[in-house]
Amino acid sequence: MHDAAYYIQLLLSGVTVGSLYALIAIGYTMVYGILRLINFAHGDIFMMAGFFMVYISAECSLAIAVPVVLILTVILGVAIEKAAYKPLRTAPRMSVMISAIGVSYLLQNLANYITGGIARAYPDIPFLTQVMNVGGLNIKRITIVTPILTIALVAVLVILIKKTKVGMAMRAVSRDFETSQLMGIKINSVISMTFVIGSFLAGVASILYFANYGQVSPMIGAMPGLKAFVAAVFGGIGSIPGAVIGAFIIGICESFIKANETIAVFSNAFTFALLIVILLCKPNGLFGEKLTEKV
Amino acid sequence: MKNNKKRNLLLSLILAAVCVAFLLYVDKFQHYSMLATVLKKGAIYSLVAVSLNLLNGFTGLFSLGQAGFMMIGAYTYSILTIPVAERAGVYQYFDGGIVQICLPMIVGLILAGIVPTIFAWLIGKPVLKLKSDYLAIATLGFAEIMRAIIQWKQVGPLTNASNLLKKFANFDSILFPFVVSALCIGFIVLLINSTYGRAFKAIRDDEIAAEAMGINLAKHKIQSFLISSFFAGIGGALLAMFQSSVQASTFTSTMTYEILLIVVIGGIGSITGSIIGSFLYIACSEWWLRFLDDPSSYLGVNIPFMRPGFRMLVFSVVIMIVVLFFRKGIMGDREFSWDGIINFFKKIFKKKEKTAKEVSSQ
Repeated sequence: MHDAAYYIQLLLSGVTVGSLYALIAIGYTMVYGILRLINFAHGDIFMMAGFFMVYISAECSLAIAVPVVLILTVILGVAIEKAAYKPLRTAPRMSVMISAIGVSYLLQNLANYITGGIARAYPDIPFLTQVMNVGGLNIKRITIVTPILTIALVAVLVILIKKTKVGMAMRAVSRDFETSQLMGIKINSVISMTFVIGSFLAGVASILYFANYGQVSPMIGAMPGLKAFVAAVFGGIGSIPGAVIGAFIIGICESFIKANETIAVFSNAFTFALLIVILLCKPNGLFGEKLTEKV
Repeated sequence: MKNNKKRNLLLSLILAAVCVAFLLYVDKFQHYSMLATVLKKGAIYSLVAVSLNLLNGFTGLFSLGQAGFMMIGAYTYSILTIPVAERAGVYQYFDGGIVQICLPMIVGLILAGIVPTIFAWLIGKPVLKLKSDYLAIATLGFAEIMRAIIQWKQVGPLTNASNLLKKFANFDSILFPFVVSALCIGFIVLLINSTYGRAFKAIRDDEIAAEAMGINLAKHKIQSFLISSFFAGIGGALLAMFQSSVQASTFTSTMTYEILLIVVIGGIGSITGSIIGSFLYIACSEWWLRFLDDPSSYLGVNIPFMRPGFRMLVFSVVIMIVVLFFRKGIMGDREFSWDGIINFFKKIFKKKEKTAKEVSSQ
């Protein structure tokens, strides 16, 4: 049997992973809320942000590298929207989804080409990886910083959506795409804004994730991406608090499953099993709004 | 009209004879060449792409579970056809495994279709209620779950966990995958042209209208799903034979994406499109674009950016161009027909004649 400290450690690492999923899940849930599109490339944006950091931090100090990486990630996200999703706005949903899969494939191959397919070491961020001793537990500072930062960012985001004009426009667009267009909302700038926010959060998540993980490889984005999507569905797609709670639940469960050797192989499968169960029992997720189908 | 039919039949027979002769030639004289590899893999991928097209293109069900069904098919086939004497070597960590029979190749192949169908039936009932993107994610998730289960140590005596399965019955002649794929694709074509096929298309075009016309949605959707997974399973078994080994870790979601992109390149809703798309895709990725990965100089010019990985990059850019600008793919939703080809040439010929006349009259 393990002692309580062991379980606390597992719980903490689960919370950390969960908060990272939360940051990525917000990008999915916002894009889905507005465009009704599963942005398959979102996980790869997260991966590209990791590579940006690897290459930029080799040239300059971390203080400059971090904002530059975030800006580049945002540019990448918006560029993908403009190049691959905007031309298909009137096309059937399946085409847009195929386009998203194509972008994901392209980004993976691009990363593979640039790096030669080898995992690269992520620069060490001493502030985050420092080990501290809290109440007899040895934990990295990142374990504490991540959830706090996530909750702070989510709080800011919720205020942004509830109180500002852009946020109001976003809510209107996600409620009814065409009517809000008739009301004079500039659809394209609202969509761009969604991608800016989503990519920014994915960039932040990538710094925290890879600082802890230590290396970046071209295919690494797919799994966290899909898991974050499941978190978004779990919480009710379109709902930000839902996505965050879903992500925490998935992160914590995953941490405990990984710790048990006999079932560790199911850590990924568990997420999908959860997804299928949720879709069948409560298709709108925990906090999702019920949508009625119009003929 | 009748004359045309006779002519078309004759042309088809000639084409089939030419194909068979060509395959026999390749089989005999270029058995180990790149051409033979591309032909074999292309035939297998055609079958899988057509099976996915039946779902995505003809029934409008956006499923991403194809790699999962292929994997189940591949495993079923290889588990059942490893010779008993070889089992101790293959299942070296699991005392020879628990299956101690060796079925003939054809029986194994048919079971490789049936077992995924059973899984599809189990998962299909609940999952097919979901709408477009949710269905896609749920089927993708199902494939990942199956992959995890197969790699689980506890089922090792059956699936050899994450170790390779090998030494199972294999084909030697290049004709084998062609015959199997042709039979299966022929069946799918007949199906699509039947009342079932028309019901599938009606569901694709408008679910609510189809239901109002008296089409049983749930029944037809699951039929399409089961048939698709049956042929995906057979395709998976063929792929296992082609690779002469099976490992669960190769059947990732990337494989499904690859097949989906083949369907898109060929044209969603076109059988011939999927077949052309598969051969083109395999030929490009395995053979014709290989030179892009090679940094050596061409015509005295050393091109520094050509290094491993460049091929796939060029390839994915081409795919994005197809997805964005040529959304219909090669064939759109049309099928290959002799009348179509003859009309096409007639048109070009007439145009030339016309311009020639115009030029002469001036």
